[in-house]
Amino acid sequence: MIEVQHLTKRYGRLTAVEDVTFRVEPGEILGFLGPNGAGKTTTMRILTGYLPATEGKAIVAGFDVFDQPIEAKRRTGYLPETPPLYPDMKVAEYLGFVAKVKGVPSAERRERIRAVMERTRIADMAGRLCSQLSKGYRQRVGLAQALIHNPDVLILDEPTAGLDPKQIIETRELIKELKGDHTIILSTHILPEVSQTCQRVVIINKGRVVAVDTPDNLTARLRGSETMYLQVDAAGADAGVTLGRVAGVTRVAESDRRDGVVGYEVETERGYDVRRDLARAVVSSGWGLLELRPMRMSLEEIFLSLTTEELPTPGGEETAHE
Amino acid sequence: MSNILAIAQKELKSYFASPIAYVVIGLFALLYGYFYVAILSYFVRQSMQLRQFGGPQSMNINQDMIRPLLQNVTVLVLFFLPMVTMRTYSEEKRSGTIELLLTSPLTDFQIIMGKFIGALTLYAIMLGVTLIHTGVLFVYGNPEWKPLMTSYLGLLLLGGCFISVGLLISSLTKNQIVAGMVTFAVFLFLWVITWIGSFSGPTMNELTTYLSIIDHFEDFAKGVIDTTHLIYYVSFITFGLFLTAKAVDSERWRG
Repeated sequence: MIEVQHLTKRYGRLTAVEDVTFRVEPGEILGFLGPNGAGKTTTMRILTGYLPATEGKAIVAGFDVFDQPIEAKRRTGYLPETPPLYPDMKVAEYLGFVAKVKGVPSAERRERIRAVMERTRIADMAGRLCSQLSKGYRQRVGLAQALIHNPDVLILDEPTAGLDPKQIIETRELIKELKGDHTIILSTHILPEVSQTCQRVVIINKGRVVAVDTPDNLTARLRGSETMYLQVDAAGADAGVTLGRVAGVTRVAESDRRDGVVGYEVETERGYDVRRDLARAVVSSGWGLLELRPMRMSLEEIFLSLTTEELPTPGGEETAHE
Repeated sequence: MSNILAIAQKELKSYFASPIAYVVIGLFALLYGYFYVAILSYFVRQSMQLRQFGGPQSMNINQDMIRPLLQNVTVLVLFFLPMVTMRTYSEEKRSGTIELLLTSPLTDFQIIMGKFIGALTLYAIMLGVTLIHTGVLFVYGNPEWKPLMTSYLGLLLLGGCFISVGLLISSLTKNQIVAGMVTFAVFLFLWVITWIGSFSGPTMNELTTYLSIIDHFEDFAKGVIDTTHLIYYVSFITFGLFLTAKAVDSERWRG
């Protein structure tokens, strides 16, 4: 549905996006993840036809955005970072204007406006001036605007930025509801958002794609060695040594200690499940086993390790420039 | 076409949703009223004196009343139109709504024409106010309507030129005040461009007279439609809108 090939955008000598390639299948939600200034907005602006690319190609809903911009724009809904509202228009009036310029036939306009207002839950704000809306409602009107012509492709630039937690959850639910009917790209720098809403993730840093994968795979791929968290009660001073003797354990580090309860981080070789042996070692030494769980690398850590150059990214290279 | 009208309608609505339209039209009406009264009193006094002394020629209402009046309108236009055009693009850029327009299935030409027609309509409404005063002249006097028509046509074309320059300048900046000031300065320069011509040789004189935006209005005010002036105004407007289109497009490339 969306195909981006070797997209490059330069502003004078500054390169905002370099050689970005990815594709999005119909009905999929793709997360576009990266720190601020990584080139997310620039890429989205190129896809929506707002900016031309310096090099490369972008095909949206079957139309090249450079050669057939009008056709591509007809099939794209776009929510920019700040919702593009006219402060002196009423919500319904604003949606009417957008419907007109997006080419919704006049016979269907009224019905479309009603439908999107219902879907984004802004029907009770229809008569309100856009300038008087709260941040949450502005965002929803922005989303309604993007949906008004029932586009095949939805491009959402940080749709949850600046919302309160309740609104964030509502917005995410709404985006999930839209999946299937629309192909969606959404950008964010908030990681849980990606794991909750997106099927695939493109991680972008300094204008380059550093990884493309599903959130689960990204998490799994980066677990080179596995780490267990172990918390024991009434352990002797030599507990660390005892644990280190368990087969498969490569390193034991004390992570916290409080009221005689000691927490250890136990690193193990990959592919070894040492939980049984660890538990047995603790119990046979007469200590109390309070907690034993694998420590997965969170998306935050993956993200940091991918976007920080000093750290090598295990398994990250092969997908980096495909 | 429907796209152009949609933009034009939106522009016009936004003038009336904000105080701009009311302030511009209101102040214009006030100042125009003042000029009207001043010139009318002068006209009445002059014709009384002429009658008293029984001069050979009588006063002509078209030539001695309406023409100076409408020439004063051109001065008002010089001050008022920058305030109408300064926000057209600047405001959309500042608030980010330009992103909506440029990602909608619209061509740059449609957006520019829509904005032009919107501003021109507001200007026409502003001129419409003066029809009331002119109507009074028809009740109590017998002015000719043909030179009046050409004068209004001239005023519309003159305003169109200013609006096309205003759009161009507004498309170059995010800052409304900057857009307004620069537009005013450019208008004023186009106005007084002939001053230098009178000192600097016949060629220069001819050139500046041709370029002067106001000299072309003279014939319209006299009731003459000369194609030279018509072509000047129409090509001026076209060129202004063309440059605006280029400016919007180059903005895109520069980001």
